[in-house]
Amino acid sequence: MTQQFYVSPEQIMKDRADFARKGIARGRSVAVLSCRDGIALVAENPSPSLHKIGEIYDKIAFAAVGKYNEFESLRQAGVRYADVRGYSYDRVDVTGRGLASVYAQSLGAVFTAEQKPFEVELTVAEVGHDVGSDHLFRLTFDGSIADERRFVVMGGAAERVAEAVIDGWSAEASFAEAIQLAAKALREDRTETQLSLEVAVLDRNSETERGARRAFRRIGPDELHELLTGPI
Amino acid sequence: MNDFLAERVAAQATSSFTEHLAAARPELLPSNRVLPTDASHLAPHGTTVVAMSFAGGVLMAGDRRATMGSMIASRHIEKVFPADQYSVLGIAGTAGLAVDIVRLFQVELEHYEKIEGTLLSLEGKATRLGAMIRSNLGLALQGLAVVPLFAGFDLEQSMGRLFSYDVTGGRYEELEHHSVGSGSVFARGALKKLWRPGLSEAEAVRVGVEALFDAADDDSATGGPDPVRQLWPVVYTVTRTGHRRAPEHELARVAGDIFEQRSIAGREA
Repeated sequence: MTQQFYVSPEQIMKDRADFARKGIARGRSVAVLSCRDGIALVAENPSPSLHKIGEIYDKIAFAAVGKYNEFESLRQAGVRYADVRGYSYDRVDVTGRGLASVYAQSLGAVFTAEQKPFEVELTVAEVGHDVGSDHLFRLTFDGSIADERRFVVMGGAAERVAEAVIDGWSAEASFAEAIQLAAKALREDRTETQLSLEVAVLDRNSETERGARRAFRRIGPDELHELLTGPI
Repeated sequence: MNDFLAERVAAQATSSFTEHLAAARPELLPSNRVLPTDASHLAPHGTTVVAMSFAGGVLMAGDRRATMGSMIASRHIEKVFPADQYSVLGIAGTAGLAVDIVRLFQVELEHYEKIEGTLLSLEGKATRLGAMIRSNLGLALQGLAVVPLFAGFDLEQSMGRLFSYDVTGGRYEELEHHSVGSGSVFARGALKKLWRPGLSEAEAVRVGVEALFDAADDDSATGGPDPVRQLWPVVYTVTRTGHRRAPEHELARVAGDIFEQRSIAGREA
């Protein structure tokens, strides 16, 4: 009869974490920046239809790196959570903190209990009245949650990209400036000059300027080209 | 084990908020309520809603009265709501259920849009609303019927379209104009005379308000414009650019015009 070798819990956790990190490091980066006009979400994404950035609720957006099927199922679960909560209580009762904590619990449970951990890293962004009241929650594969200020960069070359963002970041930046900064930072890591970007924003003044409760808006290719090439 | 997991994943892969609620939180659905056999006297009723097409879109207008028997339950109730950017719905019938169905329908459309990343087609929205009304059939038989009117701008066909329903969820596309609720007979008569093809948006607003005026004239459950409390019907138009709620001052002016014209005419009926 064969017996299983003893593996210490530390080793098991380390192996799982290494496995997840490797998966995430292969992915292309995503930057989420808080700025004067709201929150800009910029991802390097060659596919125009398999999104890395998504809308969750009125003021809440989702950005992810890693395996598409895993973060897509988390995004859909987030939309369901938010819609059920908003329908059974009120729209203002859906908060980024609540959603991030649900995500942290599911990621943590999968990390310890399932065959393999999720190879994803998520950001839950919630736009507030000003830069100070914006929330950026960063969630990692093991269920750790961090409340970040100013910006979040995730993905393979997160550190290099973050260094590039940190120098140019300003609370007074417009969307155009923030998106240009993010695009420039994402290029740091790449050799090709033309990156295909997926960009969306959470508009701080969506009610007054667009008459829309839902702050999330995708920036289409034409508008993006204008933003990136136009004067700041 | 794997088959089971795959089945579970497939079962969860629905874009419908209603289906998700039915599986996860069935008690939240408006239709899942237990009530006595005849409950029609328990809750306020909302009354007349009119809808019509005009050049470049559709319009829907509802009066502001809810009644319980012969009493006025509310003078401020709203019966016409935006469903999403390109559609509106108006509801006649049991007010409490109607408001819940509207809320559920709004979330249903937004949920689909967020999960799928595209808007539902206008036909798809109309079918979905029919299914919701059908699920309410049990309550309708207990006297708590909800009858909606649905209007939207079809982006594929580039035109405004109207749909009416019966309590069994039957869906019928209406041409030109339609009305539902207790005052609908009178509103319909007025629309037949006032409506014509190719109305402008401003003319359509006037026709809508005037049809409700006529309904209120003959139906005690329909509220007319109220200059004392400055209450006007709720009027939404939907065009290619999305829905728009007619502002109070515009409605006050239109209602004022109608009062003036009818006072000058001085006719009894």
